[in-house]
Amino acid sequence: MINWHEKLSPMVKKVPWSGIRKYFDLVSEMKGVVSLGVGEPDFVTPWHIREACIYSLEKGYTMYTSNWGLLELREEIARYLYNTYKVIYEPRNEVLITVGVSEGMDLALRAVTAPGDEVLVPEPCYVSYAPCTSMAGGVPVSIPASAENDFRVTAAQIEEKITPRTKALILSYPNNPTGAVISREELMEIAKVVKKHDLIVISDEIYHNLTYEGKHTCFASLPAMRSRTILLNGFSKAYAMTGWRLGYACGHPDVIGHMTKIHQYTMLCAPVTAQMAALEALQNGTEEMAKMVAEYDRRRKLVLKGFCEIGLECFEPKGAFYAFPSIKNTGMTSEEFAEKLLLEAKVAVVPGNVFGANGEGHIRCSYAASVADLTEAIERMGIFLQKYTGEQNKAAAASG
Amino acid sequence: MTLDKKDREILEILQDNSRLKPEQIAVMLGLEIREIEKRIKALEEDKIIVKYHTLINWENAGEEVVSALIEVKVAPQRGAGFDKVAERIYRFPEVKSVYLMSGRYDLSVLIEGKTMKEVALFVSTKLATIEDVHSTATHFVLKKYKQEGIILEDGEKDRRLVISP
Ligand SMILES: Cc1ncc(COP(=O)(O)O)c(C=O)c1O
Repeated sequence: MINWHEKLSPMVKKVPWSGIRKYFDLVSEMKGVVSLGVGEPDFVTPWHIREACIYSLEKGYTMYTSNWGLLELREEIARYLYNTYKVIYEPRNEVLITVGVSEGMDLALRAVTAPGDEVLVPEPCYVSYAPCTSMAGGVPVSIPASAENDFRVTAAQIEEKITPRTKALILSYPNNPTGAVISREELMEIAKVVKKHDLIVISDEIYHNLTYEGKHTCFASLPAMRSRTILLNGFSKAYAMTGWRLGYACGHPDVIGHMTKIHQYTMLCAPVTAQMAALEALQNGTEEMAKMVAEYDRRRKLVLKGFCEIGLECFEPKGAFYAFPSIKNTGMTSEEFAEKLLLEAKVAVVPGNVFGANGEGHIRCSYAASVADLTEAIERMGIFLQKYTGEQNKAAAASG
Repeated sequence: MTLDKKDREILEILQDNSRLKPEQIAVMLGLEIREIEKRIKALEEDKIIVKYHTLINWENAGEEVVSALIEVKVAPQRGAGFDKVAERIYRFPEVKSVYLMSGRYDLSVLIEGKTMKEVALFVSTKLATIEDVHSTATHFVLKKYKQEGIILEDGEKDRRLVISP
């Protein structure tokens, strides 16, 4: 019999499974669960986008596209980024269509990482950054953003971790899992450090349209940052197109070219059907998107108020569709809390530590759910909290 | 009454779900509960909010409901136009909606009853006999797919994984 364990790549073996899997297995066996654990919109892709895709299939768009993606789509993306952020990208060699931001992140990291290069990863953050860095041969260096600063990383924290081996910095605002956004001024400070130490920035701005207060700043739009930024974005969140698997990467022709080299051998091109749909989304999708964004914003306020009323301490998330409340007053770890909440109150959330060690003591609650579900979940959580914070207080009183 | 952005938002929220309480709407829009109540009251008084109703799929309850769309051609009256005839028609409780139409006919009348016979009888004895009604053409509804913006068949269910990153 073959011993796969001996044969498998040690590098991949070292990468841990995402902590989310465990809850997924647990949840899938249960009935009557209200889930705040979903990292994707509860809307279905707007019909006009689906319809455009169906039409493209009828017309016979079933072939490979250029490695870079459909030129028309790249042009549309360039136009969109210029109109929104005044950053100029040449569609021919500075825009690459990818299979989601997921592929974009992988390509970016592989294109720039030499063995042993360090990549700065502010945490909590999306689950793929550190594993993709490791699999690219790099060394992820975590920067714990502090809860006191609403989990926004600071220029000083970044500078502290810079070594001669530091190659790149990953930024991700609006943030999954915290819902934090970052101001232009804070980004300017970070840009100074980036410039001083000659770093590359990989900026995952997939939630940029889901910014509820203030305006999103595209990192590449900051002075002198365009040339050293790999901008990653996609259609998953704003247009409710997660399953289509489509994103894009923009940046200096040298690095986008390098990424395209990997992409041409590993992916060839992004699916043409999704590219046709994305074209429709950019050309005619603004109105429906705005409606979805307005709806998220209302739910955001509802959830925040609800959490406050049941005594769940939470800073105000101003982007994405997550809230990241603290559960420290229960005395439980994030994992204990999430598991108990699931088994006893039938509410699914994601423990914060899954997104980085400093997410410990928090849970991620997605408000991409109906108002009815959100209300029900908050009610259940309230009863649950009463039981456990009550016990905690009793214990404290007894020992004090 | 001229609507502002908040009024419009309140209307959109209520149109989608009229059971939301003023407390919830207040939180969603960042306004005081009093303010929401005041605005809703004004919208009701101005007949912008006409009624809070419930969309019921009687078929799912196993109840037989027969509906028919009647094309009605009428002779407009001097001074009153179509309004007088329309009024004669919409007063009947069997009549669920009446629209004045452009094109081949004048009034589109939706009628509901328990049986086909009942509806047909209503048309022939009550509707067709109204003075100024020239002719009627009755189209029975065979199946309702979508009503008031809601797809009745196989309402799209949540197909997402329960947990995802
Ligand atoms: C911050 C962040 N980046 C990237 C992704 C993956 O996006 P895509 O569907 O474009 O691969 C997600 C999905 O949850 C995300 O939250």
